[in-house]
Amino acid sequence: MTFLTHFINGISLGSIYAIIALGYTMVYGIAKMLNFAHGDVIMIGCYAVFMSMSSLKLPATVSVAIAIAVCTVLGIVIEKVAYKPLRKASPLAVLITAIGVSYLLQNIALLVFGADSKSFQSIVAIPPLRLAGGELVIPSVTIVTVILCIVIVAALLTFIKKTKAGQAMLAVSEDKDAAQLMGVNVNGTISLTFAIGSGLAAVAGVLLCSAYPTLTPYTGSMPGIKAFTAAVFGGIGSIWGAFVGGILLGVIEIMGRAYISSQLSDAIVFAVLILVLLVRPTGIFGKPIHEKV
Amino acid sequence: MAMLEIKDLKVFYGMIQAIKGISFEVNEGEVIALIGANGAGKTTTLQTITGMLAPKSGTILFEGQDITKVPGHKIVSMGMAHVPEGRRVFAELSVFENLKLGAYTRRDKAEVAETLERVYQSFPRLKERKNQLAGTLSGGEQQMLAMGRALMSRPRIILMDEPSMGLSPIFVEEIFNIIREISSSGTTVLLVEQNAKKALAIANRAYVLETGNIVLSGDAKVLMNDESIKKAYLGE
Repeated sequence: MTFLTHFINGISLGSIYAIIALGYTMVYGIAKMLNFAHGDVIMIGCYAVFMSMSSLKLPATVSVAIAIAVCTVLGIVIEKVAYKPLRKASPLAVLITAIGVSYLLQNIALLVFGADSKSFQSIVAIPPLRLAGGELVIPSVTIVTVILCIVIVAALLTFIKKTKAGQAMLAVSEDKDAAQLMGVNVNGTISLTFAIGSGLAAVAGVLLCSAYPTLTPYTGSMPGIKAFTAAVFGGIGSIWGAFVGGILLGVIEIMGRAYISSQLSDAIVFAVLILVLLVRPTGIFGKPIHEKV
Repeated sequence: MAMLEIKDLKVFYGMIQAIKGISFEVNEGEVIALIGANGAGKTTTLQTITGMLAPKSGTILFEGQDITKVPGHKIVSMGMAHVPEGRRVFAELSVFENLKLGAYTRRDKAEVAETLERVYQSFPRLKERKNQLAGTLSGGEQQMLAMGRALMSRPRIILMDEPSMGLSPIFVEEIFNIIREISSSGTTVLLVEQNAKKALAIANRAYVLETGNIVLSGDAKVLMNDESIKKAYLGE
């Protein structure tokens, strides 16, 4: 039974990683850049929920909607102000800028909300599910997290396959100039991608803080890096990759913590990543890189 | 009034001037060939017309409207399509999805379906392979897809950049037949080609570009017999 409990916890944590990883992977796919500030957008989303619930006394659903709106706008603004002017710059310049934006967000949060940790109140107020005569207790936030993750992945896949905006995204991710010749507004598509990724970051943040209820300006940092790892693990640029990579990473982390060593759990996670990349440099679902002739 | 009118166009790549002030025009219904050696500025000219590059100075008029500063993604819905050099099909999308993207700016679903049928009629190979990924097509098939994709926007003028490049002689023949068909169906064509012989054979008029300048222009049949052209471009 404990094994099952750990396994379920792993899937739940993995679902959060997967939702964050979707943001990394979509932005990478479309804009060909690693948005290292993505993790900190999560943190801003958590503070948005926290403030609107504790200070403004708004109901949980409204607070989550506010957080999604805040992060969506934040994502669009970050792209416009920090990344768009660097569209033709070297990837290294963009990477350094992204790290800069990450520190900027952390320090703004430090300035506004202070360094002391806030205790986050779970937004999922449903009693836990008891199975096997009360031996297996699954917290409701776990169930909500896993279901939400599956719904989000299914919705994104449908969006990309079935809608014009989704097809435009695929076109931009392959060839920006050719997409523009088709009449696709490339800048608009990149903005939309940042908006979706950041909106998802807000959702992930709320779930994360509901499961692990301490909120500091650095809350988003580690999950952000792990979700990035998950995206690379699954094959960056692939939605399925982000999903599978996220879940696997969550399970490996929780199992490692439970059965090997709680101190070494992060080390185990990254060791697995290194192993996977040694065997398959493009990740599980990554396509082999074709040399362009 | 010319359908497409280029006036004193100058384009720079950083510090290097690629186009040094060219002027030319394309009238409705014509096939115009833009010929010249590698690096003469043919591709740059087309890319500037459809907003992929911004000119330093000069004017581009399309059907009387100044489109010099119109953003690239708005050009296609004005009635101008561009088949880029190297085909640039979306390799990881199916043939059908590529064609649908060609009609990206069109809202009239029923008419788009009609255009798709017409494209499939002109390119039966594309219909046969509609569910295949574009990246798995042969070079000639990809060129057909790039042309079909451009036709999906129902353009009044179509710009083609080196459509015969890298194709086997049989495909070259087929591609030029298709260009002839496109022209006879009423679409104006601006054709950039290194294969000057073939280009002059189907064009009404032609312009010869040399290192960013138009050095010669006139009736295609006349140019074909011009001694300097024969020597420099027709290998005679």
